[in-house]
Amino acid sequence: MKKMDSFVGKFEQADWHEIAKKITSTDSRQIERALDGAGQGGMEDLAALLSPLANEKYLEEMAQLAHRLTLQRFGKVIRMFAPIYLSNECNNVCDYCGFSMGNQIARKTLSTAEILREIGILKKYKFDHILLVTGESAKKVGVDYLYGSIKILTEYFSNVSIEVQPLNEDEYTRLISAGLHAVLVYQETYEKNSYAKHHLKGKKKNFDWRLSTPDRLGRAGINKIGLGCLYGLTNDWRTDSFFAGMHLDYLEKKYWQTSFSMSFPRLRPCEGELDPVVDLTDRDLVQLLCAFRIFNHELELSLSTRESSVLRENLLPLGITSMSAGSKTNPGGYAGNVESLEQFSISDDRSPFEIAEMLRSNGYEPVWKDWDSSYQCQEKNSAVSKFSLDKADPKILLVS
Amino acid sequence: MSGNSDRLKLGDFEFDSRLFIGTGKFESGPLLEKSVFASRSQMVTVAMKRANPDAKEDSILDFIDSQAIKILPNTSGVRDAKEAVFVAKMAREALNTNWLKLEIHPDPKYLMPDPIATLEATRELVKEGFVVLPYCHADPVLCKKLEDVGAAAVMPLGSPIGSNRGLETREFLRIIIEQSSIPVVVDAGIGAPSQAAEAMEMGASAVLVNTAIAVSKDPVGMGNAFGSAVQAGRMAYLAGLGKVRNKAEATSPLTSFLS
Repeated sequence: MKKMDSFVGKFEQADWHEIAKKITSTDSRQIERALDGAGQGGMEDLAALLSPLANEKYLEEMAQLAHRLTLQRFGKVIRMFAPIYLSNECNNVCDYCGFSMGNQIARKTLSTAEILREIGILKKYKFDHILLVTGESAKKVGVDYLYGSIKILTEYFSNVSIEVQPLNEDEYTRLISAGLHAVLVYQETYEKNSYAKHHLKGKKKNFDWRLSTPDRLGRAGINKIGLGCLYGLTNDWRTDSFFAGMHLDYLEKKYWQTSFSMSFPRLRPCEGELDPVVDLTDRDLVQLLCAFRIFNHELELSLSTRESSVLRENLLPLGITSMSAGSKTNPGGYAGNVESLEQFSISDDRSPFEIAEMLRSNGYEPVWKDWDSSYQCQEKNSAVSKFSLDKADPKILLVS
Repeated sequence: MSGNSDRLKLGDFEFDSRLFIGTGKFESGPLLEKSVFASRSQMVTVAMKRANPDAKEDSILDFIDSQAIKILPNTSGVRDAKEAVFVAKMAREALNTNWLKLEIHPDPKYLMPDPIATLEATRELVKEGFVVLPYCHADPVLCKKLEDVGAAAVMPLGSPIGSNRGLETREFLRIIIEQSSIPVVVDAGIGAPSQAAEAMEMGASAVLVNTAIAVSKDPVGMGNAFGSAVQAGRMAYLAGLGKVRNKAEATSPLTSFLS
């Protein structure tokens, strides 16, 4: 692929330092213009909304506007999803990740029977939107494995997304034919030196290959692409976020039939993990959420269980449109806890039911189903089969 | 409302209320139910993408009294004619109705309806026996073509979905209403009861409202307000609005000496 056929060309023309300077030198007039125009001034507005001055003096105004815009576009609903970790095999060495090759952890890739067990548990929780997650191991978790897994999952869930290694366009086309709805592929950081510092070995080292992944997805006709930075890898999180916004802006214009989501995962200082080079505070996170909502009114903003229950509740009205709940981040994690399900209510992790109840008490409707993979897989599903097909009951499979 | 001589005839149905309601964006099923009741609406549209045959308690349908209120399934979420026809058949199977609000938006940002795919799908679905109400641009030629292929009504937009901008397509709606021999339901963008009343005063057969009710601070109160506005607008249309004149009419005519 030529550079100019993907975001790589545009990316290389942008000057990190110039943008950083532009953001930090923002004045009140620019922020007020962005707020008055509800962010319709494009990249200029995003730069102003990401500025230190906006954080210091305009955060409440930004929050009010972000809330109003979200309500108008998405209403009082939050879409619910759960991740299924299919495999923690990985050939990459990344200094911030638990799956990194060389970490002394038990490696595991779920078999079909094990996937069905995970399905059984998540069905009990009402989940209908599943995000499949793997490390990067082309041999153990290749495209055939992903294709087979998606085929199984779409029998039980209406919406299946993936967060796996970058693939080529034909491979994406194949997965879409199996019913794949969305692909999350976070660049982690748009700052090339930091990227090189944290991604030490393996295919993930290739910055440009990752950066051009959303272009391959757009060409393959995917429904939704998820973008984002992992906060903590590079010092200047404002400029990093601006680049993510630039990426979004480019993709949205080029692949106009695709929708987009963004999330804001952050590395927090904690034992056993890499100390983040910058601590993105709660206040900074609020600024990011609001800035992106004002910049793009239609963007899906997602919040994972990485964040604490108290913070998640407070971030809810600022622009969040989808949430995970009760997540297990190890392969087979749900089935491993099958015998201790009752203990969920007394643990710190709230169960999906508790999250749903929290949403209702905050005036939001949890939505479990909002799309249907059968729309794009009409060859295998007739209209009649969707409503009358006797599917194998995963509860029965659980017992076996 | 027995004895109402001004009922809206649509397909093989007659409606007393000319307000239709979209069911997305409400904070809960019970609130949706109360809002629809307060609005006096007799038809609500439900997105098939939200209907879940596996999980009954998650279904919007549980909060709609299907004895009193007609359910109009819609194809929101489809991107082309083929997907739309598929979802239409799924809806007929699941909800036991051949009525369909056809909406095809290939653009997920502004949810603009695809005029070409909408015409194609309408033609096919009419042949398959559906009562098709296509959501479309306020394009007078497209509306006539949809009528030609057998649409039961046309549903042109007032402004982009969820924008609350009102009748920004006013002049084109006026032409559509003037030329149409089937009901014209103004759909999308109506953000205030006054805007709904305006559409009705212009001669629209009905309006469809969702966001303005669902995200209001008091959806029940707003449902009631829209119900009244639609009724008032219709009454004004029937009574005949006075023309807005550009010039004052002189009280002492200057040419009366000629008679």
